Amino acid sequence: MSGIRTDARTLELIGFALVAALILVVLPLALDIFRLNLVGKYLTYSFVAVGLVLCWGHTGILSLGQGVFFGLGGYCMAAFLKLEASSAANTKIQSTPGIPDFMDWNQITELPFFWVPFKSLSFSLLAVVVVPTIAAFILGAAMFKRRVGGVYFAIITQALAAVLTILIIGQQGYTGGINGITDLRTLLGWDIRPDSAKYILYFVCCFLLLGTMFLARFVIASKLGRILVAIRDQEERVRFSGYDVANFKIFVFCLASAIAALGGAMFTLQVGFMSPSFVGIVPSIEMVIFCAVGGRHSLVGAVIGALAVNWGKTLFSESFPELWLFAMGGLFIGVVLAFPRGLAGLVTDQIVPRLTRFGASRLGSSNSRHTEPSPAPAE
Amino acid sequence: MNNNTDFLLALENVSVSFDGFKAVNELNLYIDKGELRVIIGPNGAGKTTVLDLICGRTRVSEGSIKFKNQEITGYKEQQIVRLGIGRKFQTPTIYEDLTVFENLELSLPRGRNVTGALFWSRTDEVAQRVTEVAEMIFLEGDPDQLGGTLSHGQKQWLEIGMLLIQDPELLMLDEPVAGMSVSERAKTAELLNEIIKNRSVIVIEHDMKFVESIAHRVTVLHQGKVLAEGDMQSVQANPRVKEVYLGH
Repeated sequence: MSGIRTDARTLELIGFALVAALILVVLPLALDIFRLNLVGKYLTYSFVAVGLVLCWGHTGILSLGQGVFFGLGGYCMAAFLKLEASSAANTKIQSTPGIPDFMDWNQITELPFFWVPFKSLSFSLLAVVVVPTIAAFILGAAMFKRRVGGVYFAIITQALAAVLTILIIGQQGYTGGINGITDLRTLLGWDIRPDSAKYILYFVCCFLLLGTMFLARFVIASKLGRILVAIRDQEERVRFSGYDVANFKIFVFCLASAIAALGGAMFTLQVGFMSPSFVGIVPSIEMVIFCAVGGRHSLVGAVIGALAVNWGKTLFSESFPELWLFAMGGLFIGVVLAFPRGLAGLVTDQIVPRLTRFGASRLGSSNSRHTEPSPAPAE
Repeated sequence: MNNNTDFLLALENVSVSFDGFKAVNELNLYIDKGELRVIIGPNGAGKTTVLDLICGRTRVSEGSIKFKNQEITGYKEQQIVRLGIGRKFQTPTIYEDLTVFENLELSLPRGRNVTGALFWSRTDEVAQRVTEVAEMIFLEGDPDQLGGTLSHGQKQWLEIGMLLIQDPELLMLDEPVAGMSVSERAKTAELLNEIIKNRSVIVIEHDMKFVESIAHRVTVLHQGKVLAEGDMQSVQANPRVKEVYLGH
């Protein structure tokens, strides 16, 4: 039907295939398990970036608090793993055996009521998605129904990230405080620490990410996706087309948060702990930078952006640890000034048209007046 | 007391004030079914504010607005749209990053909730309706063109098309020919004469030639009040109207 859309979709599918090949084949073959595990950690940020493509890139809702949802997902997962690691046998030296160690250090003698359901894996997995979604729903409903948007929304999400961090640190008997929830060992008796488990978790993370990308792509390609773009362009007009704008914003914000939470849960599983340093303002803003560098309109761009920036961070901070923050700031300014559509924008706006022109000119010599650009670059 | 009337739209004693300034002051306005009403008036007379009040963008301070005898003050914009009131803005507001086809498709009054939009399918019937409207607004040539790349006049038409596909009972147009070339203006007048059939229309316009070419009844607003109402000749002959507006 529509030409420009078909072209963009073809390009996107090529991108999906490249990402899948990169993370499923190239990286596992090229890297040792230590590095691959790091890549797995970076990929958990890609989840957040995919969510940001939906709510920021497509709908224009900038959330500077995605760390909250990443963290909530991660903490829900960590709660289950921690309870399993705190069996009575493992904790018999504590004054109250059978509860997590940090509770015992804080003179708590009984498992708090909200920790009890996390003994069940199915509850915990459900909570990974549902708890952040409910939080996003409450925040979204409160803001969007009152038509709070733009910068104000960004500031409020940032405040939320600060609030949650302070809450976690302040209530250390219930949350593990600033250290977070550490010393996670097994998932239903399956040890998550050895290399073999790390490989398995890495691939689970990859498939989950690819699934998430397809889900996001389905949403973007639906009429709802076009309504989101319309809201970004002309929110008022969308109301006068008879849509309840707030409901659509709430939906996409909840979806973005649920996706971020999946990333958080995979983070906990692969890295082996969860702490408030992945919840607060700085990580939340970093997540936005990953998305901006990759390209906030592109799912593939966002995933690659998260990978590339984190890879750069690791390499850079191994050699010049004190310079990394400056490099990161410079990178963000550079992206905003020089290529506002990110890496993906560079590819679709610069490289693909050139390839297409190159392909067309070669075709043109044999096939006289065929000027229509071919949708997929001749590869 | 039963205040029901035969009018499609009835504004009674409507006032609105912004920080004490009364933009609209005890206004009474009645629109019949199938009527085309043109509202004119000098700058600041409250013309656009009246449309804002009807479509729920601005809340009334006092008075009542009834559409088909249903009180609509306090309704949200989208609820009012769903009752059958469509609004075109002064500057063309279309979705620049969507194609002509998608602009029209979004405006089709179906699949308006989240699930409806998520599982929307572009059936032949939808495509046909969109094509039909695209033809009416002279944009059938390239349905895949992005809205942002249209000319100013084409954007105005596209917005009219987006309203048309909603099939509203009451259509409100705020300066539909502003910024158009002479030939675009003629085409727009033709288009408007076509689409006002079977519905009521309120038009705000400054261009007197254009008003003469389409007007049935004219309401002159001045300082938030109705100054005169009637057919074009009687309004033009009215000495008070001449004084505040036409005389300039």
